[in-house]
Amino acid sequence: MRFIFKTDYDQDIRILKHSGYWWSYGILLAVLIALPFFVGSYLQSQVVFVLIYAIVGVALMILTGFTGQASLGHAAFLAIGAYTAGYLQSLGVPFIVYFPAAAILTGIVGAMVGFPALRLTGIYLVIATIAFAFIVEEILARWESVTHGNEGMRVRTLDLVGLPVPRDGEIFYFLCLLTLVGSIVLALNLLRSPTGRAFIAIRDSETAGKSMGIDLAAYKVKSFAISAAITGLAGVLFAHKMTFISPEMFTLLLSIEFIMVIIIGGAFGVHGAVFGAIFIVMVDPFLTALKDDVPVLAASVASSFGMASDAASKLRDTMSSIGSAAGLKGAIYGLIIMMFILFEPYGLYGRWLKVKLFFQLFPLYKKATFKRQKTYVKSERNR
Amino acid sequence: MNFFTVDSISLQFGGLKAVDSVSFSVAKGEIFTIIGPNGAGKTSIFNLISRLYNPTSGKLFFEGRDITEVPPHQIAKLGIARTFQNIELFENATMLANLLVGRHCHATTQLWQEMLFLPSVRRAEKEHRHKVEEVIEFLDLQAYREKLIAGLPYGVRKVIEVARALCSEPKLILLDEPSSGLNVEETDDMSFWIRDIRSELGITVLMVEHDMSLVNRVSDRVLALNYGKVLATGTPAEVQAHPDVIAAYLGA
Repeated sequence: MRFIFKTDYDQDIRILKHSGYWWSYGILLAVLIALPFFVGSYLQSQVVFVLIYAIVGVALMILTGFTGQASLGHAAFLAIGAYTAGYLQSLGVPFIVYFPAAAILTGIVGAMVGFPALRLTGIYLVIATIAFAFIVEEILARWESVTHGNEGMRVRTLDLVGLPVPRDGEIFYFLCLLTLVGSIVLALNLLRSPTGRAFIAIRDSETAGKSMGIDLAAYKVKSFAISAAITGLAGVLFAHKMTFISPEMFTLLLSIEFIMVIIIGGAFGVHGAVFGAIFIVMVDPFLTALKDDVPVLAASVASSFGMASDAASKLRDTMSSIGSAAGLKGAIYGLIIMMFILFEPYGLYGRWLKVKLFFQLFPLYKKATFKRQKTYVKSERNR
Repeated sequence: MNFFTVDSISLQFGGLKAVDSVSFSVAKGEIFTIIGPNGAGKTSIFNLISRLYNPTSGKLFFEGRDITEVPPHQIAKLGIARTFQNIELFENATMLANLLVGRHCHATTQLWQEMLFLPSVRRAEKEHRHKVEEVIEFLDLQAYREKLIAGLPYGVRKVIEVARALCSEPKLILLDEPSSGLNVEETDDMSFWIRDIRSELGITVLMVEHDMSLVNRVSDRVLALNYGKVLATGTPAEVQAHPDVIAAYLGA
């Protein structure tokens, strides 16, 4: 166990609190920088998706995890970022201009969505953000002069001040990594300053926040705007990664995936966004395996245990038809969310912390350390 | 000019008059207690003062300024802080974060500066921390800095709420039943602290309290309330001897 002797307020302000942080995050960063030179293009491409999802995860963490405002409209923010990039690029605007421009535009739209949020809480806010997402989807389909409607839009190769950045190259990977690290640092900076604490105050008790001098309206709008702006950045990267964008890519299911990123990762820390992103991106390869490999494997195991070959091939076909059934992805998502909320509400990062503590305390760990119990319910009178 | 004045304030919920033209004034450096049976309108008065409710009629004056129309989030900046009867701490944050939220009304840094965490933000953070540490020392909360509120016992939370209110460096502090749910020993501590808040920090105290022994020990003046109306105002002894107050409590 590490005992930290504090002699200076700076020790509590620092992001990397002690040498252990420097070592572990330094090594992690070194691995991530070296990664594209060692792994194949498929894996690198998957990692790029993890990075993009993690950026959105950080954005959603600020809004939902820290400010306590749920949103099922982040696919729409991603779409606005993506289409801004696509449209401005087609006008010949350089990347270094439309990258921040997408963030600013998405941030402004986010602030506009934040205003109705001032009077809505809980499920009603979720409904309002879903409505917003549908409106954006509809606009993208109808505003053909800009978005090419349902035909979709081709996004050309990213051009970084004259240097072409192909979507599966190392530079694109580093650009995503840099954006993720940047948004994480920004989120952590906010968290250690008055604004971040105001967000947390709004999440835990609006009444107390108000009487401590927090302007609820201003901070909710700020939270929406920051979250949307970061999602807009992710949208630009997403557009370049996909090379083709169309309205049906930014549906409710994508918003649900984003919410899952933070539920599965753990909604109380930035780590959760990254853990959740890794998990979500891994669901697709898993589903493919379920469709292709698992039935074959099951059939061969069955026949080696003496099953007739026609019965075995029937089993394989049944399993693969289940594996490729429409809506299976949604069902699995639903099941995963339920499992996490029931058994690990603190997500993968919470589980990680528990495992870490087990080893830190090793022979002394008590089984009941994280036993959940009913706690004092606070009054809702002043809401 | 009075320090703090409530001028015939009323609060009506539909047909129910929760507060019925209540007037009183609090002098600077005084400990003023509001007592009354359950549902008398004590907490409603607090919610009116901290502007969570809009009064139906009447006015509030603080240091000669009309604060009846001031939005709730600016009340703290004027120098009025409060605690809540049912503890409204930020449960999933550490005590330190809770107390630093108490400093929010003194925050001067801009959003973009905070995003980059410029040296000015760091300097401001250290200043806030310094003030918070003074309060931590004043209320003996050194053991709980890094602890999450959700895991702390009730008695400690009660003190932390007072600490959070003190962190905003108020001129007037509103304590809503500071001793509710505390044991005899903790109530004793609370009574010392309430007197110290007045004598050492020079903060005027306005409180709602049921524990009459605590009221007698600390209050300079007491106001008794029933059905939203003022029954009596005066020293603790005077108010307790008042026939209307006895009738309200014992039912004559």
